[in-house]
Amino acid sequence: MSEDLQTYANGALIAGINLSVQFGSQQVLREINLSVPRGQTLAIIGESGCGKTVLLKTLIGLVRPSSGRVEFDHGDISQLNERALTALRVRYGFVFQSAALFDSMTIGQNVAFPLRQHRSFSPAEIEEIVHERLAEVGLPDSIVEKKPAELSGGMRKRVGLARALVLDPELMLYDEPTTGLDPIMSDVINELILRTRRRYTVTSILVTHDMRTARKVADRVMMLYPLARRGRDESQVLFDGPPSQLERSEDRLVTQFVRGEARDRLMEMRSEGDLAS
Amino acid sequence: MSTGASPSEIDRRLPTPAALHDWVADWGRVVVESMEAVGDFAIFGWQTLVWTFVKKPQRETILPNFYQVGVLSLPVVALTGTFIGMVLAVQSHFQFRSLGLETQLGAVINMSLVRELGPVLAATMLAGRVGSSMAAELGTMRVTEQIDALESMGANPIHYLVVPRLLACLFLIPALTIMADFMGVVGGYFYSVAILGIDKHHYWYNSEQFVGSFDFSVGIIKSLAFGVAIAIVSCHRGFHCTPGAEGVGRAATASFVYSFVLILGLDLMIGIALDMVYYSLWPGGVRISI
Repeated sequence: MSEDLQTYANGALIAGINLSVQFGSQQVLREINLSVPRGQTLAIIGESGCGKTVLLKTLIGLVRPSSGRVEFDHGDISQLNERALTALRVRYGFVFQSAALFDSMTIGQNVAFPLRQHRSFSPAEIEEIVHERLAEVGLPDSIVEKKPAELSGGMRKRVGLARALVLDPELMLYDEPTTGLDPIMSDVINELILRTRRRYTVTSILVTHDMRTARKVADRVMMLYPLARRGRDESQVLFDGPPSQLERSEDRLVTQFVRGEARDRLMEMRSEGDLAS
Repeated sequence: MSTGASPSEIDRRLPTPAALHDWVADWGRVVVESMEAVGDFAIFGWQTLVWTFVKKPQRETILPNFYQVGVLSLPVVALTGTFIGMVLAVQSHFQFRSLGLETQLGAVINMSLVRELGPVLAATMLAGRVGSSMAAELGTMRVTEQIDALESMGANPIHYLVVPRLLACLFLIPALTIMADFMGVVGGYFYSVAILGIDKHHYWYNSEQFVGSFDFSVGIIKSLAFGVAIAIVSCHRGFHCTPGAEGVGRAATASFVYSFVLILGLDLMIGIALDMVYYSLWPGGVRISI
């Protein structure tokens, strides 16, 4: 690894260095470098299928990179054994796109799950923490005994957030936290992300294609582009900077994405024959 | 000898270099993918074995699986055993009557049950009722990112999801096999004695002469191997489920088909191996009666 990249990673809580991910013959990520300092909120944006979620999962070791490495708190996570990786995973919380609540458990059991796995609290203490966390995300005690299938999408997302926060993580990862929600509930989730950051001073990485969320909660935005439509020497990262600079980007692909304009993409699809002219 | 074909016709029949290249590439891909699949299954099985001994599973994961595999499978296994016992009586009687060997029915029915049909049918019922359900449940968990969620919260999915299912199958399939054997014996006895009117003394006497504890042990040893195969195959299919409802359905179907093929293969291999053990221990064919 070059000295520049090491310096780039040094001040960060989490850093991906030359990350490439390939599934079979399909390459999804190519030599991505990113470094997130403590306390920062980074939004990774980009169209569907550009590898945002894969990048997020690679950062926490759920997907193994085909080359490159991930450093968390200056340690290479690929070198960790099972026990060390488990200890590391207690330090971050992951909010999944579909909330990923366990169907077979009640809401209370879902939120208590990380506590039961990693802490030795009494049942009464666990119950108290569960109620506290659910109240923080604006959910009533009455849902504790319900199953995830009985809740709305917005409520499930908030339960997922409560579960991710239950061990007081240092790093929060959100995978499309507002996708599929109505505008009001999307803003509720945005406010909860901001409140979580203020209250726990966590470092956050969120993957989204909701520009309102990216502008509202992020200090920094990174835009990825699908590798299939990039040349061999072109970077997959189109933009990396503060949200205020997005509109001023000289890259037309960035401004079109931010404004939600399909012009170039439509032309591409016509030339590829995906769309009748 | 001349084939009568002109040189141009021979050229047409021979594969072109490009076609040959594609053919080799296709077969190469099939071989590589098959080896990858077998290797992946072996690694999955090994990890399950390691996690079984490394860390004790949690009580809340053990009890629901034991209930699902044992208690809920009991009625269907008992029913299957009863009918198989009776069907064996019907079929064997039809053939043995012409030879005047009706009183040997007990030996034939009970030997077939404890060595083969009891363990194989209990395992088949388990693969259909429990294995498919495991694959579908774990497949849905994979598709809805619940397995990723487990891992992200520092819980190993193999330890949390696979080990309890393996232990449930391993410990309860012998019990289900005993139940299938018992109900089969009862069903066969009932049909032979009560309906066909065979003398019950001779029925039992001949059974005791031929069916020994070794035969019973063969069935139980087979059932243990079947239990391990069903659990690992079903969980492996669930863990490798492809997205969507079709993927979950395919995982459930594949888990049953692969488990069933494995049950038959293991049945043959264990049968041969245990017979070799038997003949090496008792070359004269001595049996220890129950």
